[in-house]
Amino acid sequence: MKKLIFTLILISSVCLQSYGQGSCLIGDIAQDFSLLGTDNKMHSLADYPKAKGFIIIFTCNHCPFSVAYEDRIIALHNTYSKLGCLVIAINSNDTISYPEDNFSNMCLRAKSKGFQFPYVIDASQTIYPKFGATKTPHVFLLDEKRTLRYMGAIDDASNQEEVEEKYLEKAIDALLKGKDINPKITKAIGCSIKVRKVSKQ
Amino acid sequence: MKVFFLTFCLIFFSGLSSQIKVYDRFEEFEAEILNRENADTIYVLNFWATWCKPCVEELPFFEQLQSSYKGIPIKVILVSLDMKSKFETSLIPFVQNKKIKSLVVLLADSKTNRWIDKISPEWSGALPATLFIFNKQKLFYEKSYLSTKEIDNDIKHFK
Repeated sequence: MKKLIFTLILISSVCLQSYGQGSCLIGDIAQDFSLLGTDNKMHSLADYPKAKGFIIIFTCNHCPFSVAYEDRIIALHNTYSKLGCLVIAINSNDTISYPEDNFSNMCLRAKSKGFQFPYVIDASQTIYPKFGATKTPHVFLLDEKRTLRYMGAIDDASNQEEVEEKYLEKAIDALLKGKDINPKITKAIGCSIKVRKVSKQ
Repeated sequence: MKVFFLTFCLIFFSGLSSQIKVYDRFEEFEAEILNRENADTIYVLNFWATWCKPCVEELPFFEQLQSSYKGIPIKVILVSLDMKSKFETSLIPFVQNKKIKSLVVLLADSKTNRWIDKISPEWSGALPATLFIFNKQKLFYEKSYLSTKEIDNDIKHFK
């Protein structure tokens, strides 16, 4: 019986998409995905069993805020991949209305910027609601057990020159040291994730 | 002639830029715009940016909004979140070219984490977003409007 209750708690804590928004809350276990990257390979969290954490960043090509953060995302990868914390960038935008965000343009961007981390496409637009991502860039920091530990902004200013607090770096440092993360949630202005319009027939 | 032209340009552009108030500090915006808890006006604050396609698509619906609802005047304020560095090169020409009638202001306080919740705790920070204020009541929507009627319907939610 105890086992059953434990299992039920475990299941309910996993953020499934079955009810309503189903977005991930701090402490929830994020659901894995399998998405095509600009390296033409499929990427899942399960591919990295030794990872100490995952920096999931919903981003895209066209949004000026995403573009403003590209170099900072590259820097995050350079610093933290060595420490076992891996960056995965996900583009969930509708590529019909926003062709700049389509897969071939993602490949061009990854190449021109020299992304060394997976830049994957959520072509079916099913992954962003599971995380509760609403905009780009929107960050979700998972620990080694894929538990959501931090969500929100990379830092406190889109203009890099005005940055005073690096929320995400602080959160990753705390995570890697096994310390409490504070703040766990931050907010920044971003471009809404562009949901495909259902054509009326 | 050159001098005349330059002087004209200077007067013309400075005239326009002075119409768009820039708020470098959120507190100033809060005092002047957000805290307008007027019983005799409905304020419609639309948060947008020139580079945001769904924002630009819905702007005409805000521009076409009726001037009153049940006899209560409606005032639309278009709160731009364009980067301050693009004020002269993007925002001013945009407002000019589109002949925007509504009041446009630039909220340029880049420390967004400090103030997003003060607009509404429901706001994730995604653009576009709209806040309706009437007589101490606030209604917030993080969505794109597809018609003026849809905005009207949300205004009707005020008691």
